[in-house]
Amino acid sequence: MLKVENLKVNFGGIEAVKGISFDVNEGEIVTLIGSNGAGKTTTLRTIAGVVKPTFGKITFDGKDITGAEPSSIVKMGVTLCPEGRRIFPDMTVLENIKIGAYLRDDNLADDIAKCHRLFPILKERSNQIAGTLSGGEQQMLAVARSLMSKPKIMMLDEPSLGLAPLVVKNIFEIIKTINDEGTTILLIEQNANMALRIADKAYVLETGNISMEGSGKELLANPKIKEAYLGKKS
Amino acid sequence: MNLFLQHALTGISVGGCYALIAIGYTLVYGILRLINFAHGDIFMVAGYFMIFSFAVMPFPIAIIVTLIATTVLGIMIEKFAYAPLRQAPRMSVMISAIGVSYLLQNLATYLFTALPKAYPAIPGLKKVIVIGNISTSLVTLLTPIVTIVLVALLLFLVNKTKIGLSMRAVSRDYEAASLMGIKLNQTISFTFAIGSLLAAVGSILYFTDRMTVFPFSGSLPGLKCFVAAVFGGIGSIPGALVGGFFIGICETIIKAIGLSTFSDAFTFIVLIIMLLIRPTGLFGEKNIDKV
Repeated sequence: MLKVENLKVNFGGIEAVKGISFDVNEGEIVTLIGSNGAGKTTTLRTIAGVVKPTFGKITFDGKDITGAEPSSIVKMGVTLCPEGRRIFPDMTVLENIKIGAYLRDDNLADDIAKCHRLFPILKERSNQIAGTLSGGEQQMLAVARSLMSKPKIMMLDEPSLGLAPLVVKNIFEIIKTINDEGTTILLIEQNANMALRIADKAYVLETGNISMEGSGKELLANPKIKEAYLGKKS
Repeated sequence: MNLFLQHALTGISVGGCYALIAIGYTLVYGILRLINFAHGDIFMVAGYFMIFSFAVMPFPIAIIVTLIATTVLGIMIEKFAYAPLRQAPRMSVMISAIGVSYLLQNLATYLFTALPKAYPAIPGLKKVIVIGNISTSLVTLLTPIVTIVLVALLLFLVNKTKIGLSMRAVSRDYEAASLMGIKLNQTISFTFAIGSLLAAVGSILYFTDRMTVFPFSGSLPGLKCFVAAVFGGIGSIPGALVGGFFIGICETIIKAIGLSTFSDAFTFIVLIIMLLIRPTGLFGEKNIDKV
């Protein structure tokens, strides 16, 4: 469904991504794990079109989307829920949800209802200014907003960042639900433990290169991964 | 009392024009974090557009041509002088804006000479109206009404429509807005179009009252409107409205009590005081930057 071949990206004057290849099949949850500065965020931003690659090719549903405008990428069904949530703090919760559907002209009622079903708290807070939500609620809002574009694939950048463990668990359950309802997920996480548990397939990114790949379970059991990313001695 | 009402009316009218121009500063600042120093000169060029179009066509069409030409001018300036600097530091864009300002002034001097040109009298607008003991012209009465109607429309546009939603999103966060599928350049062009259109309306109302245009007629009103926008809280539309009226009314009152020499100085004293006691202005954005 989404295929990245030999992608190289410069960011801030250095080569942040040094020729990585991976693919995501329809219906899967795929995760990229790796430490800070490994190039995870840059990879997702490049797929979303906000950063242009220096080399390589990105195809989605067989179409070349390398270097395309973000708006046309969203229109094709690829959405990015960015790192740090990036909700619009001075708009209401409902406006934030609606802006996710910016490119759609059809009726939004069903999808707003779906967001409210997944995140009941957002229904309660519809008219509240989004900047006053708690961190966890803001993350839920960011996910709901991304869902509103009716994505075929949703990319999530560090959805657990800065959240309490209980909230993280809740968010991951919802990501699983969204996937069960038919949306493919490409997830990047520093919380490798959580990410590997729900992932069908995982890639380990180290300073711009993919150093390992396998199913979520395989990597969870891998002693190297255990030591480097899960904080467990094997 | 009558004298006071007379001056108050003039002040409100001048203030209306200032408000229309101040909104242009505020909108552009809101979206690009740029003080568009060329805005006052766009207002001046709108004056010339009216003079030349009025000379060759009936006035309703001349007004429409002026509005359209000014809007296009605003969009072009953005495309050629600001858009190529999108990734550059903010200071570069501001210097580019100062460059455009001088370019317009000098181009106007070169093309139309520095001598004031007579502004056409739009039929009916200068008609004298007498209410009780106050006599005034129609344009003086009309200006605040036009201003308030346009601001109401603009607030509706910004708060209730899809394009308004995209303007608010872009003004908050470029990247998040583009991830929603919003086209940045399109939204920015639209913002310049609105700002310039309002400046053109302000220009027609202002010059009808002043009766002449010369290449520097935009610079002082431009600066005053910038002060009005800062006073109200730059980035805020109601702020620009209040700021415009405040500066206009104060200026007229100061002139009325015989201190004309100080009326311009007063505007800038207001700026300094405001920046000292409340740098974000009356309705300035409280930055809730939660990380």
